[in-house]
Amino acid sequence: MGRVSPTGARLGRPPLLLVIPAVLASLLLVVPLVTLVADTPWSDFGDQITSTAVGDALRLTVLASALTVVFCLLLGTPLAWLLARVAFPGRSIVRAAVTVPLVLPPVVAGVALVTALGRTGAIGRPLYEWFGVTIPYTTTAVVIAHTFVSLPFYVLSVEGALRSAGEEYDAVAATLGADRWTTFRRVTLPLAFPGVLAGSALAWARSLGEFGATITFAGNYPGTTQTMPSLIYTQLQSDPMVARTVSMVLLVVSIAVLALLRNRWLTRP
Amino acid sequence: MSGLELGLTVPGRVSVAAVAEPGQVVGVIGPNGAGKSTLLRAVAGIVPVRGEVRVDDRSWSRLTVRERAVGMAFQDQLLFPHLSALENVAFGPRTAGASRSQARRTAQSWLDRFEVGDLARRKPRQLSGGQAQRVSIARALATDPRVLLLDEPFSGLDVGVAAGLRVELARHLTAYDGVTLLVTHDAIDALTLADVVWVLEGGELVQVGPPREVAARPLTRHVARLVGLNVLTEGGRFWSFSPSAVTVSPDEPSGSARHRWPGTVTSLAPHGDAVRLLVSGEHDLLADVTPASVTELRLTPGRAVWLSVKETAVDIYSAESNGG
Repeated sequence: MGRVSPTGARLGRPPLLLVIPAVLASLLLVVPLVTLVADTPWSDFGDQITSTAVGDALRLTVLASALTVVFCLLLGTPLAWLLARVAFPGRSIVRAAVTVPLVLPPVVAGVALVTALGRTGAIGRPLYEWFGVTIPYTTTAVVIAHTFVSLPFYVLSVEGALRSAGEEYDAVAATLGADRWTTFRRVTLPLAFPGVLAGSALAWARSLGEFGATITFAGNYPGTTQTMPSLIYTQLQSDPMVARTVSMVLLVVSIAVLALLRNRWLTRP
Repeated sequence: MSGLELGLTVPGRVSVAAVAEPGQVVGVIGPNGAGKSTLLRAVAGIVPVRGEVRVDDRSWSRLTVRERAVGMAFQDQLLFPHLSALENVAFGPRTAGASRSQARRTAQSWLDRFEVGDLARRKPRQLSGGQAQRVSIARALATDPRVLLLDEPFSGLDVGVAAGLRVELARHLTAYDGVTLLVTHDAIDALTLADVVWVLEGGELVQVGPPREVAARPLTRHVARLVGLNVLTEGGRFWSFSPSAVTVSPDEPSGSARHRWPGTVTSLAPHGDAVRLLVSGEHDLLADVTPASVTELRLTPGRAVWLSVKETAVDIYSAESNGG
């Protein structure tokens, strides 16, 4: 006795009304990536990738995305814990508010950041007048913009993990005499670890591709604020071949992240 | 001195006033949803409570969970999945300020006492249900609690495993000088482990007494079923009689039996050498008959029968004269 075919072959042929759109959808998603790989000028790949502009942009992108993950870990984890574990007044409002950047067009996020941290902004003006600190058009601005757009992904992922890790274990730890910090450190966080890793990867991937908020809030200056996506945008107008090479690099990195996620964390409960 | 004094209310769930002596094992029984687990959580401070919890003549009402000297073994064990058995048991001593090696020694000795010392390095998912339950009880005891809360420690275990654990637990509870609240749905646990039984129903304490007395003269349908007795109420008095004292006949009996009820057989199940019938009518009653009479009287579900019981087989009592 063989197993019942998982495709459900015995239930009849899949209807064309479902098959045709499904095929179209996969083509739409796959074909551009295939053509990107095919059109990449592989012969010049090495030269282009080692050019100063690409090197600077790559370095800045790696730095910005790494710092983004660090800030997500340091700021996002406590926020996720608070949302998951403490029934403070207005919790649902806070949760809704921190989710907004998830669906906000990145350019709007950039404009919003300017109104807060720009030289005439609500926080930016006192920063400038009292301390002489300017944020827009600096590497700091890049990291802030990236953290702004990535944090919601991280917080939602970790909050979900904290919820599914179960509040019951917090009660167990309390009966064993643990205070909330000890419980967080020794029980809650280890149990939510897969979620923390997945959240970090999501935040990192989001930061890697960030363009709209960055170019609006931080500009596009080679060496200080020009990240890989900004470089692609610039090169597309002057040298499309370089744009393809740089895109190829980002594609490879993104696929690596996805593969890592699927193999290591997303398949685990 | 009293070990545990309760006068607490969990709004909408439980309202209990009771006292237990130090060293006493209290069997908490009652139907599902009676508030047994909630009572334990209230004592531990996990759920918000109105009223008073006193332990060793000291009020716990204002203490947080971690400040209360409780040890709790949860229904589904809830061992920390990322820690080994040893680390689970060492968790309490460690938070109490013991050094790492000291906490580990304490934990190892508790695991040894529950005969799972050789499993110290295993993760919870590598333990069987019975082993995990032993680790869970060891973890609860390792903090040296004044009140031990055991929530259905034998549920979900194989009969043999449960029996073994019951024997071991009995040994530890005899030596333990704090108060133990043992929630159980098993009459055997209550009869063999408890010094006193609290019967909860609808969130309230409806009967308190030594296990033997509660089993002999139950005041609730739930306990009657648990110990396998027929209990009827009439005018505030309780009538109890054993299923084996019930006579089953196809027609209305005309003999000396004064108490008789018509009914319909709803189920049959083997019970020792006999067959236990559940007969529904005005009351749901149990009756034990021999396998021979099952055939003779053609007793199948749906069959109409008469039940009768002799006056001398009925124990009549009132709630006031009982326990408490």
